[in-house]
Amino acid sequence: MNLIEKSHDAAAEPLTLYGVPLPSRLLLGTAQYPSPAVLNAAVSASGSAVVTVSLRREQARGGGQAFFDMLRSWDVRVLPNTAGCRTPKEAITTAQMARELFDTPWVKLEVIANDDTLQPDLFGLVEAAGELVRQGFQVFPYTTEDLGAADRLLTAGCEVLMPWGAPIGTGRGLANPYALSTMRNYFPGVPLIVDAGIGAPSHAAHAMELGFDAVLLNTAVAKAGDPVRMAQAFAGAITAGRLAYESGLMEARDMAQPSTPVAGTPFFDLGQQ
Amino acid sequence: MTEQTISTAAVRAQETTASTPAEVTLIVNGAPTPSSCATLAELLIALEFDGTAVATAVNGDFVPAADRTGHRLAPGDNVEILSPRQGG
Repeated sequence: MNLIEKSHDAAAEPLTLYGVPLPSRLLLGTAQYPSPAVLNAAVSASGSAVVTVSLRREQARGGGQAFFDMLRSWDVRVLPNTAGCRTPKEAITTAQMARELFDTPWVKLEVIANDDTLQPDLFGLVEAAGELVRQGFQVFPYTTEDLGAADRLLTAGCEVLMPWGAPIGTGRGLANPYALSTMRNYFPGVPLIVDAGIGAPSHAAHAMELGFDAVLLNTAVAKAGDPVRMAQAFAGAITAGRLAYESGLMEARDMAQPSTPVAGTPFFDLGQQ
Repeated sequence: MTEQTISTAAVRAQETTASTPAEVTLIVNGAPTPSSCATLAELLIALEFDGTAVATAVNGDFVPAADRTGHRLAPGDNVEILSPRQGG
């Protein structure tokens, strides 16, 4: 297999997830913003058409309702997550609760194996994905670059895969771009979304240049010095990265090759005497 | 009181005692919570969640909103009442 696959027929096609065409390839998380007003402005500035949300025990009466009201004021699709779930059962129950509350079959499926790395439990993830698909959910699994797990998730009925760039909230970008590129080439027809670990717009652009269909990020915008402007920056980077991919990047070379024509170089003969 | 009145009053007292659930301890959102609510719907009202957007589970199993009225609670039940929240 030629891992440096340059032909890509997806030029200028909109992002489509589970049959839903979307105008933006930036999926945005809603957590950790300094205020609801900043969150509201950042979502608007991002142009994102999909936002992630969660379910949590209510600590202050009415707090959940206020966020819910804001959420419904946006023109976005809601993607509830099962963040914090450590077993398939927890994730399945959380997904069921989310489906009723948010009135959507979409679920960002997280089954977490380790509290420090928040890395996916691939075994539990596949088990939960299969059961949720059977229950009619449209699953967005948060996974790794593992091709075996990816195969199993697709066999279980997932139509989208969301491999991490780096552990959640680390901002380290694409920790293993080779593996991500391999994954992209291995599943050419599957919508792939890099989810987690993005820190800078250049990271998001890199993911898009590799051919990924979208990027999902939260902390990189929410914890930026100016989240609203950073949301704009990410939107621009993702658009640029996608355009670059569709345009066909040049192949990297080991040795220098002059970009200025050699013919007609002045003093050329003098230098060789 | 006449004998009939005493007898009627006694029956009514017994009926009232039988229909009022004894107070038990539930685990609500991780916290031990005394409750005399018979059903999940009653519990949401007692905790002032009625009318707000919440989702519920009991002992790890999802309980749809439509089933809350008929879902009877038992001592030690682990109840999750979750609200929409920001998330990544």
